[in-house]
Amino acid sequence: MIADIDYSLDSELLRFSTAGSVDDGKSTLIGRLLYDSKSIFQDQYDAIEESSKKRGEQEVNLALLTDGLKAEREQGITIDVAYRYFSTPKRKFIIADTPGHIQYTRNMVTGSSTSNVSLILVDARNGVIEQTKRHSIISSLLQIPHLVVCINKMDLVNYDEAVYNQVKQDYLDFAATLHVKDITFIPISALKGDNIVTPSENMPWYTATTLMDYLENVKITNDRNFEDARFPVQYVIRPNTDEFHDFRGYAGRVAGGVLRVGDDVTVLPSGHTSKIAKINLYKDAIQEAYPPMSVAIELEDDVDISRGDMLVKTGLEPQSSQDLELMICWFDQSNALNQQTKYTIRHTTREARCVVKDITYKLNVNDLSQDTESKSIKMNDIACIKIKTTTPLVIDQYSRNRITGSVILIDEGTNNTVAAGMIV
Amino acid sequence: MDYKFDYLRELESESIFIMREVASQFQNPVILFSGGKDSILLTYLAIKAFYPARVPFPLLHIDTGHNFQETLDYRDWLVENYGLSMKVGYVQEAIDKGLVKEEKGYNASRNFLQTFTLLDELEKGKYDAALGGGRRDEEKARAKERFFSHRDEFGQWDPKNQRPELWNLFNGKKNFGEHFRVFPISNWTELDVWLYFEMEGFPLPNLYFAHERPVFERDGMLLADCDYIIKKPTEQVFVETIRCRTIGDMTCTGVWKSNAVSLQEIIAEVATSRITERGGRTDDKRSETAMEDRKRQGYF
Repeated sequence: MIADIDYSLDSELLRFSTAGSVDDGKSTLIGRLLYDSKSIFQDQYDAIEESSKKRGEQEVNLALLTDGLKAEREQGITIDVAYRYFSTPKRKFIIADTPGHIQYTRNMVTGSSTSNVSLILVDARNGVIEQTKRHSIISSLLQIPHLVVCINKMDLVNYDEAVYNQVKQDYLDFAATLHVKDITFIPISALKGDNIVTPSENMPWYTATTLMDYLENVKITNDRNFEDARFPVQYVIRPNTDEFHDFRGYAGRVAGGVLRVGDDVTVLPSGHTSKIAKINLYKDAIQEAYPPMSVAIELEDDVDISRGDMLVKTGLEPQSSQDLELMICWFDQSNALNQQTKYTIRHTTREARCVVKDITYKLNVNDLSQDTESKSIKMNDIACIKIKTTTPLVIDQYSRNRITGSVILIDEGTNNTVAAGMIV
Repeated sequence: MDYKFDYLRELESESIFIMREVASQFQNPVILFSGGKDSILLTYLAIKAFYPARVPFPLLHIDTGHNFQETLDYRDWLVENYGLSMKVGYVQEAIDKGLVKEEKGYNASRNFLQTFTLLDELEKGKYDAALGGGRRDEEKARAKERFFSHRDEFGQWDPKNQRPELWNLFNGKKNFGEHFRVFPISNWTELDVWLYFEMEGFPLPNLYFAHERPVFERDGMLLADCDYIIKKPTEQVFVETIRCRTIGDMTCTGVWKSNAVSLQEIIAEVATSRITERGGRTDDKRSETAMEDRKRQGYF
């Protein structure tokens, strides 16, 4: 009875983000991915069918699956990031479904921060519009490694190859200004199911991958940094029991590179050195640890290490600095960026304080133009700034490592997270 | 060398990271323990996160008085075996003191009353972070929940004004009197939980496995026969081979006809099921936004 279910233990996790408004077919696309991968359950379907009826709608509105909050249902818009899950025997998928309007730029940034793939939807009838550009620019800023452009509603343009080619060319012209390494184009109809899971019979001129095929096979292992060993210490495990009397385990999640037993390591910022004695995964001693493993490391020497310190491979030390240049997205709705105040900055497991020394420019997310005059940074604005921190931070460029290259700023009055920053 | 990482191990690693973050950022955290598989998973991951030290925070169980006996037995076994610290808050006490009023009638449930006891216990224990086993795939309001979910001094959730969460940077800063709900297994699905338990070989309460039990049918669902539910005259009790997909109070936990006696068989059943696990929870069916409404008031 358990014969044909193959959930082998080497399937990967792929996170992708989508952005868009209700009418561009995003909800239909997500609905279809969930439906075709058998991730919509009967009672969920029944519930939205009933809701659709109550609202006087003719068909079952798949957008109701993704719009969970009362306010969203009432207004028919997506306000916040919603997470959706589905899996196939090959992979488990997490969708960060975000709103596409300019006033929700911060939600788009949030949803994109951990994505492997950004799924950009383009309506074949409208071509590349402002929202397409904005979403692409944000994906590029957040350095999402793979971008898949789905040219949707092909059924409404008679599955015309010329239309597809035109949209593709327009997009490529625009994307030349972005830093995106890997772009794939797929002509689809989310509503009719063309090229979602099965190859479209209506578009024999397109013979490349379907969307599901792409999601299942796009190579993501190399998205992580396996070169520069980085281990931010999160917590020190000290059991103080008879059995583990002298045990001192430095707990954390590997942020980059590969750490092996016997490796010479340097503790930053103190500069103390030691050797890795043991790497523990619960009760198992393992030989090497790499991202995204959570482990506990024991060192050969008794050195002073606490939360916020970073273990790195000796000889490959990253830069320590108090002067940082950041690309930030401002999140706070009540207060604009204030150069007169100090913010708490969190970088890996370390916390410090900082002041904003200069606002270099504000970025227009619709056309990438830079405004060097404006010093007013408000909610949803993206800007390049210079800060100075109270203590040195052990940093990498965001383009080198998304974990050791990212920070958040916290308002010391309200405790809110007011900005996300990427180290330039 | 190819550094591929299995997705269940990635989920485990993420949850352990959150656990350790909680231990670092808060003074007095607590694990909300319901006795269901998600809170068991949470407890097991906490044991893993801090090994060989003991879990640095206690467990809190809100006892509605309507539990399955099996839940209580399992809870006590877990505490005993892993040297955990367990606190229990009793809904019955709040009822006896007249602080809350028991619902009446056929569908009476203490589910709503437990929010009162929960908030009361959190306040008494001065806990500043409560870890829960909520998963985003469970219910639509939960799909928008953060890992670190901020609550004001009244324990309320403001879904429209949540703190952004990016990369693996979590902000647990708060003002006096406020606290956090933390959901380390947000990204797990029901199937993931079962697959993981099978991989790990961790024992679970026998309620999850098929067994014979006196049941009756109501609104197309089977409920376990017990003293806590008033049966309508037309509701006949019969013995059926069933198992629970979720475990809550006996009054609101639907049971399912099943012959699955092993985790493998449960996984096969879940993987092919067409009904979500909460499809058997009468507490979610009260209105379209029942979960969001309860969460705003402080429910988990």
